[in-house]
Amino acid sequence: MNENKSPLVIAVTGLNAIDSPGPGVAVIRALRDGMTQPIRIIGLAYENLEPGIYMDGICDKTYQISYPAAGAEVLYNVIKSIHEKEKIDVIIPNFDAELYNFITIAPRLKALGIHSFLPDFEMFDARDKLNLYAFGKKHNLLVPKDKPIYTVSELEALGEEFGYPLVVKGKYYEAVVAYTLEQAQKAFYKISTKWGMPIIVQQFINGTEVNIAALGDGEGGATSIIPMRKMYITDKGKAWAGITLEDDTLIDLAKKIVAATKWRGGFEVEIMKTAKDELYIMEINPRFPAWIYLTAGAGQNQPAALIKLAMGEKVIPFTSYDVGKLFIRYSWDHIVDVSKFQQFTAFGSL
Amino acid sequence: MIKKNIATNEFGFVFNPATGDSYSSNPMAAEIIQLMKENLSLNEIKKMLLDKYEVDKMILEKDLDEFVGLLKENNLLSN
Repeated sequence: MNENKSPLVIAVTGLNAIDSPGPGVAVIRALRDGMTQPIRIIGLAYENLEPGIYMDGICDKTYQISYPAAGAEVLYNVIKSIHEKEKIDVIIPNFDAELYNFITIAPRLKALGIHSFLPDFEMFDARDKLNLYAFGKKHNLLVPKDKPIYTVSELEALGEEFGYPLVVKGKYYEAVVAYTLEQAQKAFYKISTKWGMPIIVQQFINGTEVNIAALGDGEGGATSIIPMRKMYITDKGKAWAGITLEDDTLIDLAKKIVAATKWRGGFEVEIMKTAKDELYIMEINPRFPAWIYLTAGAGQNQPAALIKLAMGEKVIPFTSYDVGKLFIRYSWDHIVDVSKFQQFTAFGSL
Repeated sequence: MIKKNIATNEFGFVFNPATGDSYSSNPMAAEIIQLMKENLSLNEIKKMLLDKYEVDKMILEKDLDEFVGLLKENNLLSN
């Protein structure tokens, strides 16, 4: 992979290991565990209080980058300037909202020598919240009915069509289960203020939440699939604890999605399993989930496998993993000298 | 009978790997589950328990039926 034995330089975003965490810190932990050659991790942070910037043993160096709203050209110039100093080999973006820009600039980054392993726009759009119902219909997969809306007045009719409760979701993040029209309206305003339009209103499915982390090889094959059941869910709907499952129907579902999209890269499927064992796809997230370190713990280190795929190596698909492996997230007050905070805030790197 | 992939240990911990659910069972329940895992039929289990413990047959049958119902309710039995 890297013949001169110098460290493989990997840039990673999503260092916000907070109560609704980005996957970056978990991705880096998995890489540090699973890479057989020396690596140097370059953190890419949007805000100066992302914990991953300051945590020991996570990033070797971190740079501040521009928000996705600044556009692909600005992002390209920022990454190019970091690359001139750091000689990045691979980049792993971890936020939904930044992926459009990263996919846009991926060929130009490749020309600079920066590899990535991302879906193309066709794959990316197929599983978009706005297209998910049609995707399910096309591939014979169960997806709850939904409708994008742009005005609060549209909620009333949808309440009658879907019945209550229903789910009010943001374009990228957040979902609220609303039991009345008033709750739905409140959620509409709250989420649209934060994430913009449209708001997606989705039929509520009752069941057990199960998630799958998977890695597609870009040719229709799944390199790794790990199903996990959330055991403890925060008020933001995030898994605070989870356990790996043995369930062939979940593995088959993930394989179907990979085959249908020819997905390249990591992704997460959020599923609601009903009492009748129906598997409803609630969302397909186009990146690794925040609980991705569990895949390393269960014996299928997906971030490390992704690096190999990005570098053009053949990776033999994993065939087994540890069932009944738990992750339990925890909070930790990390003490940081103000000089580090000042350094990052003033100079945009640490 | 009991699903093949159900995991148990000597402390009565029962784990269903398909759902992620786990349970604590008392020593009697753990013994019955263990016998089920050894592919013994309910009648065989009943006979073994009657031989081993001083228990009224009617009470044992009632308790065993209830316990089997509980296992079924928790999706631990194969169809």
